[in-house]
Amino acid sequence: MFIITCPFCGERDQSEFAAGGEAHIVRPKQPTELSDDEWADFLFMRKNIKGVQFERWNHAHGCRKWFNVIRDTSNDKIHAVYKMGEKPPIK
Amino acid sequence: MKNNYSIFSLIKNSLTYHENWQQAWRDPEPKKEYDAVIIGGGGHGLATAFYLAKKHNMKNIAVVEKGWIGGGNTGRNTTIIRSNYLWDASAGLYDHALKLWENLSQEINYNVMFSQRGVMNLAHNLQDVRDLKRRTHANRLNGIDAVWLSTEEVKNFCPIINTSPDIRYPVLGGTLQRRAGTARHDAVAWGYARGADSMGVDIIQNCEVKAIKRSGDAVEGLETTKGFIKTKKIGVVAAGHSSVIANMAGIRLPLESKPLQALVSEPVKPIINTVVMSNAVHAYVSQSDKGELVIGAGTDAYVSYTQRGSHDVVEGTLKAILELYPIFSRMKMLRQWGGIVDICPDASPIVSKTSIKGLYFNCGWGTGGFKATPGSGDLFAHTIANDEPHVLNAAFNINRFVSGDLVDEHGAAAVAH
Amino acid sequence: MSENFRSSETKFLDKTNRISFIYNGKKYYGYKGDTLASALLSNGVHLIGRSFKYHRPRGIMTCGSEEPNAIVQIGGNGSFTEPNVRATEQEIYEGLEASSQNCWPSVEFDVGGINNFISPVIPAGFYYKTFMWPRKLWYSLYEPAIRMSAGLGKSPTQPDPELYDHNHLHCDVLVVGGGISGIIAASISADNGNNTVLIDDKNSLGGSTIFQDDENFKIDDEISSVWLNNQIKNIKNKKNLIIKQRTSLAAYHSYNYLLARENLADHKSLNERANKLRQRLWKIRAKKVILATGAIERPLIFNNNDRPGVMLASSVKKYIDYFGVKCGNKNVIFTNNDSAYETAISLNKKGINVTIVDIRGKSSSVLVKNAKDAGIKIYWNHTVVDTKGYRRIKSIQIMEMSEDGTNVIGSKINLVCDNLSISGGWTPMVHLFTQSGGKLKFRDSDQVFLPNTATSDQINVGSCNGDFELDDIIKNTISDCKSFLSSSSTDFDLIKVSCPKQKENKNVWLLPNDKPLGKTKPFLDFQNDSTAKDIKLAMREGFRSIEHVKRYTTTGMGTDQGKLANMHALGIISETAGVKMGSLGTTTFRPPYTPLSFGTIVGRNVGTFFDIIRKTPMHTWHENHKAEFENVGQWKRAWYYPKTNESMNQAVQRESKAARESAGILDASTLGKIDIKGTDASEFLNRVYTNAWSKLGIGKCRYGLMLNEDGMVYDDGVTTRLSENHYLMTTTTGGAANVLSKLEDYLQTEWPELDVWLTSVTDHYATASVCGPNSKNILKKIFPNIEFNDENFPHMSFKNAELDGIYCRIMRISFTGEHSYEINIESKYGKSLWEKCMDAGKEFNITPYGTETMHLLRAEKGFIIVGQDTDGTMTPIDLQMDWIVSKKKYDFIGKRSLYRSDTMREDRKQLVGLLTDNPSEVLEEGAQIVQDEKKQPIEMLGHVTSSYFSPNLNKSIALAVVKNGKKLKGQKLLVPMKDKTIKVTVSDFIFFDNKNERLNA
Repeated sequence: MFIITCPFCGERDQSEFAAGGEAHIVRPKQPTELSDDEWADFLFMRKNIKGVQFERWNHAHGCRKWFNVIRDTSNDKIHAVYKMGEKPPIK
Repeated sequence: MKNNYSIFSLIKNSLTYHENWQQAWRDPEPKKEYDAVIIGGGGHGLATAFYLAKKHNMKNIAVVEKGWIGGGNTGRNTTIIRSNYLWDASAGLYDHALKLWENLSQEINYNVMFSQRGVMNLAHNLQDVRDLKRRTHANRLNGIDAVWLSTEEVKNFCPIINTSPDIRYPVLGGTLQRRAGTARHDAVAWGYARGADSMGVDIIQNCEVKAIKRSGDAVEGLETTKGFIKTKKIGVVAAGHSSVIANMAGIRLPLESKPLQALVSEPVKPIINTVVMSNAVHAYVSQSDKGELVIGAGTDAYVSYTQRGSHDVVEGTLKAILELYPIFSRMKMLRQWGGIVDICPDASPIVSKTSIKGLYFNCGWGTGGFKATPGSGDLFAHTIANDEPHVLNAAFNINRFVSGDLVDEHGAAAVAH
Repeated sequence: MSENFRSSETKFLDKTNRISFIYNGKKYYGYKGDTLASALLSNGVHLIGRSFKYHRPRGIMTCGSEEPNAIVQIGGNGSFTEPNVRATEQEIYEGLEASSQNCWPSVEFDVGGINNFISPVIPAGFYYKTFMWPRKLWYSLYEPAIRMSAGLGKSPTQPDPELYDHNHLHCDVLVVGGGISGIIAASISADNGNNTVLIDDKNSLGGSTIFQDDENFKIDDEISSVWLNNQIKNIKNKKNLIIKQRTSLAAYHSYNYLLARENLADHKSLNERANKLRQRLWKIRAKKVILATGAIERPLIFNNNDRPGVMLASSVKKYIDYFGVKCGNKNVIFTNNDSAYETAISLNKKGINVTIVDIRGKSSSVLVKNAKDAGIKIYWNHTVVDTKGYRRIKSIQIMEMSEDGTNVIGSKINLVCDNLSISGGWTPMVHLFTQSGGKLKFRDSDQVFLPNTATSDQINVGSCNGDFELDDIIKNTISDCKSFLSSSSTDFDLIKVSCPKQKENKNVWLLPNDKPLGKTKPFLDFQNDSTAKDIKLAMREGFRSIEHVKRYTTTGMGTDQGKLANMHALGIISETAGVKMGSLGTTTFRPPYTPLSFGTIVGRNVGTFFDIIRKTPMHTWHENHKAEFENVGQWKRAWYYPKTNESMNQAVQRESKAARESAGILDASTLGKIDIKGTDASEFLNRVYTNAWSKLGIGKCRYGLMLNEDGMVYDDGVTTRLSENHYLMTTTTGGAANVLSKLEDYLQTEWPELDVWLTSVTDHYATASVCGPNSKNILKKIFPNIEFNDENFPHMSFKNAELDGIYCRIMRISFTGEHSYEINIESKYGKSLWEKCMDAGKEFNITPYGTETMHLLRAEKGFIIVGQDTDGTMTPIDLQMDWIVSKKKYDFIGKRSLYRSDTMREDRKQLVGLLTDNPSEVLEEGAQIVQDEKKQPIEMLGHVTSSYFSPNLNKSIALAVVKNGKKLKGQKLLVPMKDKTIKVTVSDFIFFDNKNERLNA
């Protein structure tokens, strides 16, 4: 049960949030021009990183805003949070 | 074969205070080259090695395991075995496994304590009833012994379930597969390891894979903490860590690894004589041979490799347990733990070749892989040996995520445990 | 029974409060404050239970949560019964009932004891090696027999009458453990201005120092117990310190999230606790955590070390010094360290006969000198090689140890005794530390694992951090707390401590014996009967990791979770394998620290509070009119309204006919409603639905189908354009929350450029749906100002309206195929709206109908229900809804997925209608459909998704999905049931009014 700092509301218990998986997978602007393989890649394939992962979270039981979290999936340590559309504060 | 296990060998060895038992498996150093290497010494990996040696005569092979065999999800799951799946492809796969379970102790001369105490799935709303009936009909036509039970029959089969119509989500019926049940998880890994070892398979523990070496589109070997091992065939059976290996090989898989928790109560005298699963209120429970109630909790929704989930999940599960079994309120949780499960978008596994020649993946079993162990091993061995899937695992290829031909067990198959 | 073993003086019990209790059917007495164990010992009762595997008699070993043997069933057979309760933790109360477990017919004579005689044939893991032949017997005999022998205590068989609670607690500093180090830590923390919480699992603070009355242990020139007692009085007055007693820490999760169980009732009589809380689970978020969880004494591992009367030396000391109970009249103390000499001196002072056996050659401690001076006989360099006495220890045999400790020499000495107090040194309780993610290090000098690196903001103080001597404990606690809490000075800065120091250490994990190991029974795990032999057998067979050995031998898997056994198991493994102890690692310490009741974990979320119930504003009307309800998600929906003596089927047939013949009314309030506003609202709908929205006129309604990105049907519903930039979307009842989340996700992450605002208004409006040929006439009566003709108010359009001055929205839309209106009104007026409709409809026999009739009516029309006729594998094309999939639109959610090789196959499963050859035969929903029953394996073409007897068509109808169904129209198929096969014909899926004439009727 970690604590996530919502960029809009501040520190909250993890149970207030919904996880949204890997971040920065941009929905293709022109899906019809993708091959089946490329579309499958967007749709299903994930890095599923063990280590520092960029991911999406939603403050579902709070402000309902989506934002990004940089979290180490090997120990659940959160390195940074940032709003949608912002550049990651760390690489 | 090593010395045979039986009551006679026990009596004989008792005369010498059990000081003359052989090692169940050797502890070899890796050779320079193998015909095939299996990454992952869990039940599925060891079964794969066993059947490669036994049915495909591939004996110059190794299983590499980063920790100790059976130490991952094999030793962490709630050991439910059933085959009452909806889709033909799933039913074929899991019933193949169930048939192997029925003779497994004899096949590997190691008692895996397979107990066909039945698995019951409960329905709590009208759509549950439709879904479970649909599954039961499909099962019957696929030759799988599932039957529909009325609420009264559910109560008769497992009297401690609260079937009162006044509970929040009353039990509206259920399905029962009598051939289904449980097995002793550790014994499955140990038994397959002993069997594989006796045919010459090297089981190499504490050997972590660091890199997959490729030459063009084919594998050449793997870099491990015990040195480089040359091989033309690599079978990856790394469960929660499948993506980690895939990343080494430079391919992506449709997987997410999530924490799945389970817990046991303190041991009590027999009180529940079957396995009961409920999807709608998410609770499943059985009782181990030690007397512990074995309770599976759910997964958290986020990726984590920490082998620990959040307390909410445990609380939610026990809440559901007490809804269905109010008599367990004064029972005590003895131990809880987590595993890392790799989940496919369609809740079905991948047992498949890949775009890289000689690289095979067996993964994506999600929360319910234990039940498939013998079948998964057998079919994966076939796939590796022939470089071609068996008819029973053909549907579980990676390409289905491109074509759209998913085997979606979410909708109608209840929880995939 | 008289309490022969109670010595007269103890200040810790309330001697004026004598309490009776029942143990194994017999009445005994003790005092308020006694544990069941201390009370039984005061009555001379040592035999408590039988071990799991060999059913050997077992007694009380310890005085705390590490107890492996003395576990009992509390509360008889009643609803208060609880299995596996540690007698060493259970406080007695008037009328307490306790009984021994795992024995039949009694703990004195237990038939299962026969297992002890066949023990040579059933070593660790024997069951993996046998019961395989003949195969049939496994299923009929062996397996059931193994299953029957499971367990220790008995599960309750009645619901729990007691209540549980949860509470959240946030604090600056949480101190776990109320021994001397915890008291000092809490004191420093509170003085430093931190909101501090101190929790301790016992009923009184002070740990073992509180009864340490020895001149050798002094703090600021006072005897340690006196000094500590004053400190405890002191901290009770501190303002920013909360002290929670009888509260045990159960779990320590990451981010300093901890769970603690406060015991509020288990020490009270059943009368006192009626209708009160039994236990409360504290969910704690602490900024900082100080663990002061102490250490537990180790046993020694030698032959037959498990008999009743073999106890930990420190526990024997607690029983005599704290509870005033002597554990025997003739004690032998068997030790490898100085701490047990404190026990010897205490016993000696009380006039109890003591002899000491020490595996060390000597000790220079002042304690040893004191013991010698008191005339206590000490056998240096000796070990116990055997014990005698079946239900209680009667004597022991000792022998001298060889120089290197691996062997015994000389002749046996027999010592008669009725208590053997053993002490193998101390194990720091690092369980909670490792639960939090901390890593351990190994200290060779006294063979202990200690906290090394922490992942949370926490420290460990006292003996759990490896300080075992009073001066180290106090001084290190003070300095560690100061730096951890950034405190510059404390009340303790000038503290003076004097205590004896131990200089001679010796540890032998498995003590030597004159017999070969095979002929001895040196127990490690007393509850699970695993011995040193079992560990060695496991290793011989190739199990090398601690996890393997533990699992193979079941060592450490009992209700004490190996608190006593694990260190010795590790020690023996490392000795046998010849590797360094620190390199092996430990087993994982898993939560909870001590077993935690399910009831406590669940708290109040049971029964009615299991899950919230969502009710519509009209709910009480439905109840008053005897509706049966269906659970749809969390909603209760009226399912059907049976009249007296009417079956469900009869009610549904009646309701269905009435709706088509005159008028019906449905409570549709549960449908999800999302208010969509913004200049890009139309574009947004274009992207989320398969069809086009830009051209929808203001005041018009349109049906929309929503897909997942993988092309499968996800949700559907009618959306109304209320004004230029304002829409009201409806969703399915079950899908409402998910649809909103999904829309918000796309809006915020993929299309942030769109000016669109989403608000869930599901709970804000109640919806009554009035249908049937007379619906218009009914609405005319309620809304006299609106013209209900087709020109002014055509199908698929909307009007603002007022009902008694209250704003309403009326949509003319239909899910039944009838002329039909949905009226939305603010929720609080929902019931009045409904009643108005009923009143106005009375002359037209308006009939309330439930979800079942709704399902039937829409099935007659071939309208799908997402989730019933679809299962996440159906595309709109599969549903023969090509008409709703815009070919012109560049993109919408899921579009690309429709053009993959599998989704474009023409022979996918497709929605069709089925008519049974026998029109009165209704198919079972979920039944499978085949073409050829004979061919094996049978090919299943699809299944029945919806099926009803249609009263309006007077025949059975069904919707189904069938492989290649579009092309099979008119063909005969089979529905094989368990006992018969039903013949069906594939038909169109619109069964009724396929020209939609009734919509405008």
